[in-house]
Amino acid sequence: MEFSINELIEWNKKIEDIVDRLGLDYYQQEFEICSFEDMISYQAYSGMPARYPHWSYGKAYERIKTFYKYNLTGLPYEMVINSNPCLAYLMKENSLLLQILTMAHVYGHNDFFKNNRLFREGTNAEYTLEMFKNHAKRIREYISNPGIGYQRVERILDTAHALKFQTSKVINEKKLTRKEKIKRIKEKYQPQYKEFQLLTDKKDEQMPDLNKIPLEPEEDILSFLIEYSDLEDWEKDILQIVIDETAYFIPQLESKIMNEGWASYWHYQILNELDLPQGMHLEFIKRHNQLISPNEKGLNLNPYYIGYKIFNNIKEKNPDQAEKIFEVRKLERDESFIRKYLTFDLIREMKLLKYDEKKRYYSISEVADEGGWREIRNTLANSVGMNKFPTIKIVEFSKKDNILYLQHEYVGKELKMGYATETLKYMMELWGGPIHLETIIDNEAKKIICDQDKEITVKDS
Amino acid sequence: MAIFKKYENTGKDRSAEDRRRHRELVEDSIKKNISDIIADESIIGKSKDKKIKIPIKGLKEYRFVHGNNKSGVASGSGEEKRGDKISKPQKQQGSGQGGSDQAGNEEGEDIYETEITIEELIDYLFEDLDLPYMERKKLSQIETESTFKKSGYKKKGIPPRLAKKRTMIERIKRKKAYARAHDDFDEEERFPFHDQDLRYYRIKEEERKESNAVVICIMDTSASMNQTKKYLARSFYFLLYQFIQMKYQNVEIVFIAHTTTAKEVTEDDFFHKGESGGTYISSGYQKGLEIIEQRYDPSHWNVYCFHCSDGDNWSEDNQKALEYAKKLCDVCNLFGYGEIKPNYTRSAIKSIYSENIDSDNLALVRITKKEDIWPSFKEMLESDKEG
Repeated sequence: MEFSINELIEWNKKIEDIVDRLGLDYYQQEFEICSFEDMISYQAYSGMPARYPHWSYGKAYERIKTFYKYNLTGLPYEMVINSNPCLAYLMKENSLLLQILTMAHVYGHNDFFKNNRLFREGTNAEYTLEMFKNHAKRIREYISNPGIGYQRVERILDTAHALKFQTSKVINEKKLTRKEKIKRIKEKYQPQYKEFQLLTDKKDEQMPDLNKIPLEPEEDILSFLIEYSDLEDWEKDILQIVIDETAYFIPQLESKIMNEGWASYWHYQILNELDLPQGMHLEFIKRHNQLISPNEKGLNLNPYYIGYKIFNNIKEKNPDQAEKIFEVRKLERDESFIRKYLTFDLIREMKLLKYDEKKRYYSISEVADEGGWREIRNTLANSVGMNKFPTIKIVEFSKKDNILYLQHEYVGKELKMGYATETLKYMMELWGGPIHLETIIDNEAKKIICDQDKEITVKDS
Repeated sequence: MAIFKKYENTGKDRSAEDRRRHRELVEDSIKKNISDIIADESIIGKSKDKKIKIPIKGLKEYRFVHGNNKSGVASGSGEEKRGDKISKPQKQQGSGQGGSDQAGNEEGEDIYETEITIEELIDYLFEDLDLPYMERKKLSQIETESTFKKSGYKKKGIPPRLAKKRTMIERIKRKKAYARAHDDFDEEERFPFHDQDLRYYRIKEEERKESNAVVICIMDTSASMNQTKKYLARSFYFLLYQFIQMKYQNVEIVFIAHTTTAKEVTEDDFFHKGESGGTYISSGYQKGLEIIEQRYDPSHWNVYCFHCSDGDNWSEDNQKALEYAKKLCDVCNLFGYGEIKPNYTRSAIKSIYSENIDSDNLALVRITKKEDIWPSFKEMLESDKEG
């Protein structure tokens, strides 16, 4: 380390003074100094000091390490988790300036975690570390239980991981029980007041079958499996663990651009007020520009870049409303943030474009001009956060032949076949019966069937 | 005020277990897909350089993802126009920074690749073969040489093995003991060696197995052997060579190409030069026998001879080919004939061998497609003799 811990404490004090003055509202902050190896480990386990074992984390570790080895990503910059106190890691190999920059950046994330609606409603920062620790403990217990063991636990985890994003896209959605749903349906189809009868044609509409499972198409596949499959209790418990952990991460997925933009916006303000010595100031400008630069190679979009630009733009446009950006960070998610605040001017300034993927190449379909910017904005809004994942709903469980019917909600994007079939096989493992998935391939309705022997057939439907 | 936690070197490698498990699963999948990997040209060409690494994709984490006809938004240079085409780049990397769950970053294809060396690959390959049995059958090594190794000391021995240093030490020990017993002993006094001081090296005899092997690759390069067939042959030779190399210290390789006449060629010519003309298989065998006689005396060399052909031998040559094949069986540890036919017609020459040669050293194999390579190879090493 080229600096002492006291130096860090001194700099942090200055940063906190500025942060308080600028009006950020944050959880108690905690910094842990760690080594390069530790940092990679934390990244592989999403920052959690304790997490259950699974090969995918080993893979993540190797992947991250390979990236660093071949310099495919920059330095391990920051790792901060949504917890109270807010835990962040500082890598000791980094320069003093990088530590200062990281600390300032972390306060931005910390404020975002504490105030953004998705995090407030969807996660409980007080219990973050406890929850992950508790999950790890439970899963390790199943592993060491001689009646269960590693491989059976892994089998459940593999499937749970494959399906974990097939869940409700609404954060903190109130789940109705089956009873409540039936009640609601009955109310809806109850005879209305006589006086309006002439005005409505609803008379003939039939009440839906109340014995149907599920009553309405169900997005949350893992929860459905917990409710209707023949899995053992410990298996259901593992599914629940994965559901809970996914719920914790969804706000982060849903606000990547905002979150990074917000933190970058603030680290820039803070460091400019810090009175850095000249050498450090130059390093700061260099690092900052790297971080928020558009990616030059390939068809990429840097979330730091977009988020930073939009927040700056909002600030500039509302010079009299200091509160405006704070409101935005509180209420929006990436999708709405982009729809509302990614303007034509910004799209033009950032030279955004829309591309379509073809078999052998990408074709540019829209560029940043009068006729194209809306399409670009909408495409981006439709592809951020959970929108990345296809929506697949369970429409019916046929008890008679134990078949599960799934429906892919096609919105112009096809499923990747090889992945879909493998995922169906995983699902079949736990479900135990055939699974039919309806989707659209090459503009034709198709049905992908995974039978009980995990044989896949594709039929016209 | 923020809390600072000092750096502590816990020395624990947290992800070790999960990495081990991932690697284990990758290895399993390698074994399952081995025929794809070995039939892949990238390995075969580089067989001599063991350090070449083969990229193996990390285990995929399957989930429902969007596939074809995807659209996206990117930042450009401002000079792009509608309708511009951009070639697909080599695997793109998602930005790995940030505190959020990485899982959502890539949509499908796993970018990271783990690497294994050819040696490791060969290890996986041969792991599930019944090696001890095969060694008895096919890899019986010639025991000719013995070497000697010093191992400890003894009191009796022959003069050439006198351990001088040890003998000196024994004399000094005796002198010191004497001095302690006799107070009036003068250190300067002459103190000659005694028979008891002499020590000799103890010698352990080690039998060394003959560690020379030669792989003779004979291939029909007549017009009917097209690139696809040669490619299959090549994969087969690759395996054979790797396998032999694992067993012996010194492995040489000889390439013989034949049409109606045979000649020794370089590896490159062997695989890439096509020739026109007919086929006399016997010419290749004759050349092989010649080379064995001149350079690889079977009493010092373990000879492995393998012939690949599509079996279109001119019939007048069949008798002669059989005769030479028998001779090759006699001098080789293993003589193999691999018939490469993309369809299922049977050829005369293979039946002639199987009916007329009665030798444990003969192996007959047929390969119709690249997926056959590994099973055929295994079969060749495992089976007594194909009928």
